[in-house]
Amino acid sequence: MLEIQNLLLSLNGKPIINDLSLHVNESEIHGVLGKNGTGKTTLAYLIMGVGNYIPSAGKMIYEGEDITGLSVSQRAKKGISLAWQEPARIEGLSVRDYLVLSSKSRGVNHVEDYLSVVGLEPAQYLDRDIDNTLSGGERKRIEMASILAMRPKLAILDEPDSGIDILALPSLLNAIEEMNQQGSSVLLITHNEKVVEIAHRVSVMCAGRILKTGEPGQMNLWFKENCQPCAHVNEPEKEGNKR
Amino acid sequence: MINYSIEKEYEGVVDAYQKAGGDRSALLGEGTARLVVHENKVLGQNGVAGIKIETRETETGVNVNLLIEKGAKIPHPVHLCFGVLPQEGLQEIIMKVNARDNSEVSVVAHCIFPNAVKVIHKMDADIEIGENARFDYKETHYHGEYGGIEVIPRAKVKVGKRGVYQSSLTISQGRVGKLDYDFEVFCQEEAVAELVVKAYGKGVDDIKVWEKIHLDGAGARGLAKSRLVLGDKAKAEVKGETYGNAPYARGHVDCIELVNGTEAVAIAIPTVSVTNDKAKVTHEAAIGSIDKKQVETLMARGLDESEAVDVIVKGILK
Repeated sequence: MLEIQNLLLSLNGKPIINDLSLHVNESEIHGVLGKNGTGKTTLAYLIMGVGNYIPSAGKMIYEGEDITGLSVSQRAKKGISLAWQEPARIEGLSVRDYLVLSSKSRGVNHVEDYLSVVGLEPAQYLDRDIDNTLSGGERKRIEMASILAMRPKLAILDEPDSGIDILALPSLLNAIEEMNQQGSSVLLITHNEKVVEIAHRVSVMCAGRILKTGEPGQMNLWFKENCQPCAHVNEPEKEGNKR
Repeated sequence: MINYSIEKEYEGVVDAYQKAGGDRSALLGEGTARLVVHENKVLGQNGVAGIKIETRETETGVNVNLLIEKGAKIPHPVHLCFGVLPQEGLQEIIMKVNARDNSEVSVVAHCIFPNAVKVIHKMDADIEIGENARFDYKETHYHGEYGGIEVIPRAKVKVGKRGVYQSSLTISQGRVGKLDYDFEVFCQEEAVAELVVKAYGKGVDDIKVWEKIHLDGAGARGLAKSRLVLGDKAKAEVKGETYGNAPYARGHVDCIELVNGTEAVAIAIPTVSVTNDKAKVTHEAAIGSIDKKQVETLMARGLDESEAVDVIVKGILK
């Protein structure tokens, strides 16, 4: 579904995405696991086309088409969407209206259900605005609900668990699995090994590149042995080198 | 000048009122208090128990006395409609409001000037809110697309002990034209005042907003809030002033102006002053372009950039 080939992005002369290649299959949950600062969010932004990031080399092929030069809207209309790590607050936009506009292309009327899936009581939230009166965790869950409502072909979830309290984590994971069962492929970006356990495949990321891809159990183990003790994040000497 | 029969005139105003977002039935039924004024003519007037509306037509407008009786709790909003339908005209409204002690009322006003090419609408209000009384006033304007209108609202408001005065003015449909808004509120002990102005300036619209709140009684609270969005060559200057003159008075000035484009101009001048060491007033003023992350958030849901900006602007002005 998504084929990223040799992507390169440098900011202020420093490579942030460094010859990154990644393949996401249709209907899979693909985890990207990496410590903070390895370029995971930048990768999400590049795929969605946000943040004014323009790769200096490489291609992003989505459903056979090079989307590298497309706008955010064009990518969204082709079925790609992003749940932000820190979602924007928009004064005066109600949760209901946000979910309705997210589901516009599908003509969904009953947006309440999506709030329930992420563990929020619809009656308490639908008429609230997605502004500063919501906590970070509430806003994150509403972001997930909006992705559920949109039902994209490819959902990019950037650190969906950050800011979520531990009791709410199961409903969040449930929402991701439901999203996948509804037909969305999911690119699940996180630094949390627990979260990637629901993925079908996991890629470990460091220094703006994918080091290794495989089955979640194996990748979690590899991450624990190689990346967690690593004191030199973003400077891997060579693949699998324990430092 | 076009000659209208009273009935046709009333019908025309009601139609325009509906187009501007008003509830047509509110100007036609008997159950709600209402006043409909076109140019300097009172076309319709209805009081309900607890409210007295007195009017006097003048050469250039109408003098209005609105009295809410002591202890009266008015269950339905009072509807006011002021308009000038021809392309040219002058309308001066002089309004006296007296919300007596322990009364409660909500007023919904629509000011409609859909064809304005050279119209002036002035309002001069003297408003007195009694002890424990509550007066909510929401005014929405529709000025048409030409921008040939000058709106000059002025008000002096006194809010008695534990009284509540909330006022909002919204001009988000069509052009603003020229707006010169000047409201000043004086709050006694534990009184609450909230002034809100929201406007979307386009073309060469010229917006001046001056909100002043004096917190003169202990425990009084005030909020001077403005939300302006400016496009094209529109310009705006907002002065928000709050004066904490009594112990435990709390005030806040909150101004956001969004500039969409390179030729619009926004100025914000917040003033906060304290003359009592137990009072506290704060301010925040932000001027900037429309937040790119907000736009991209909505674009990532499939909206085009212009649609996303529209959603954000509507939210700010909601």
